[in-house]
Amino acid sequence: MAENQVPGQELDWLNDSVVVSDAEANQNVIVGKLPAVVQKVLGWGYGNSTWPLGFGIACCAIEMMAASCSKYDIARFGSEAVRMSPRQADLMIVAGTVNEKMAVVVRRLYDQMAEPKFVIAMGACASNGGPYWDTYNVVDGVHKVVPVDVYVPGCPPRPEALLQALMEIQEMLKTGKRGLITKG
Amino acid sequence: MEQAKELLVNMGPQHPSTHGVLRLMVKLDGETVTWCEPDIGYLHRCFEKLSEFKTYPQVIPFTDRTDYLAAITNELCFVEGTEKLFGDAIVVPERAQYIRVLLAEFQRICSHLLALGAMAMDIGAITPFLYAWRDREKMYSLFERITGGRMLYNYLRIGGVRNDLPAGILGTPTDGEDKADQTIWGFINYFDSYVWPQWEALVTDNRIFQWRTQDVGKLSAANAIAYGASGAVLRGSGVKFDLRKNLPNAIYDRFEFDIPVGKAGGDCFDRWIVRAEEMRQSSRIVKQALAWLAENPGETMGKVPRILKPPKGEIYHRIEGARGEVSCYIVSDGGTNPYKVKWRSPCFVHLQLMPLICPGQKIADVIAILGSIDIVLGEVDR
Ligand code: SF4
Repeated sequence: MAENQVPGQELDWLNDSVVVSDAEANQNVIVGKLPAVVQKVLGWGYGNSTWPLGFGIACCAIEMMAASCSKYDIARFGSEAVRMSPRQADLMIVAGTVNEKMAVVVRRLYDQMAEPKFVIAMGACASNGGPYWDTYNVVDGVHKVVPVDVYVPGCPPRPEALLQALMEIQEMLKTGKRGLITKG
Repeated sequence: MEQAKELLVNMGPQHPSTHGVLRLMVKLDGETVTWCEPDIGYLHRCFEKLSEFKTYPQVIPFTDRTDYLAAITNELCFVEGTEKLFGDAIVVPERAQYIRVLLAEFQRICSHLLALGAMAMDIGAITPFLYAWRDREKMYSLFERITGGRMLYNYLRIGGVRNDLPAGILGTPTDGEDKADQTIWGFINYFDSYVWPQWEALVTDNRIFQWRTQDVGKLSAANAIAYGASGAVLRGSGVKFDLRKNLPNAIYDRFEFDIPVGKAGGDCFDRWIVRAEEMRQSSRIVKQALAWLAENPGETMGKVPRILKPPKGEIYHRIEGARGEVSCYIVSDGGTNPYKVKWRSPCFVHLQLMPLICPGQKIADVIAILGSIDIVLGEVDR
């Protein structure tokens, strides 16, 4: 049964409307649905413990700190364990302006992170260069260096916006919109 | 077998306590630092070049972004410099002057809170950082009501400030802790009665903290002057020099405050004490400004032409920012854009103290020193 499934549909199982036919019911229901169950459990686990890499670049990093402190408390979303080593981190929040000298470092840190890994481009600078887009030294958009999952607009974005981005990632994981292996 | 005598250690650009993207190259003999060299440029955003293509009012938001922890003082430096360029043509209303000072000092408290919190966190105490943010959030909500932005404001204008203070933000001197995030008086009272004593008890009097910072990273007064240090680093070394007193910009000469200086020869703890004490002095200035503002309503924007074209000339303007002496050099060719803006940032100057202070210290103390000179990389690289 598992091989009949189109990858994107695996999680239709989660919808209430799925009707189990007699033929399916005759088979071993639990084993047949194992991939979906595994993905659901993994998505739940990774989604609720995406540990960010402790890595701030510019002004937006201050708002990132604000999000992890008491008022906004990123711990509510399971991301308070800021890892200083890329090898232990799941989530890279690029908070600030990436210039040509820094782009190399960002890519290197990204490569050192283990799968599954996610990238949030926080702020106008990381999204498209922001106020500095037409200068000689600024990379306009971190997507030129690493694949980005969620963009957060704002200069700087409010901490709530960052939390929303985090929830987007959790949503992606839980619904299977985004696999655990990064493509591209 | 030959043994390597020295070990080269790279700290950064991604490191928990480099306050952004600084890279420090450190040579170690055992645990002792023998050589230290900062490598900067990871946040160079071409501010100075960019301002040549922007009109004068358009440069103001970029000055915010150089030192994003003390945005108002940076704006103040550029705005006052440009006004100086106009000579007598622009008169800033008195109320605007008071609002500027009020916000600049309020910002200084805000900035020092984070500086202290970050330094404590670098040394290993995480709680003070959370306390700093608890209070900064209160200040942010006040700033947001006044200026519209939490952190980067674009609030000062050439010739005044953008808008008057919103109604009820000043509060009354009796406002207590419960109004801390609603009125400025509320916050200042809360700060004096609760926040400052708490920092004093929690960190300043903490034996472990003192052991980690006393006699670490000493900077003599002669060296501080020779290297061009300013702000808390200079005063921590025992030099009583503050531009707000020695060369008052805005209307600082109308306020009463003291200048704290370090007494133990310029170690990290001295710089800590100076910052902590400066917050209290700032709260004194804020109170005086609040008293004046409550009684004197009026205009907050002077008469300025629609298109700003300063006369040909050049100006150098220096003010006391949160981290030290911020100054700008503006050249005007009579057009709408500055011909050249040069920014002198205190952090850049302070960073060159690292090779001087660090040799002879332990590797763990490098972090304490870095925290105590309080750099913001946005301002170092610009
Ligand atoms: S988006 Fe704005 S606040 Fe964020 S790093 Fe860029 S300039 Fe700074």
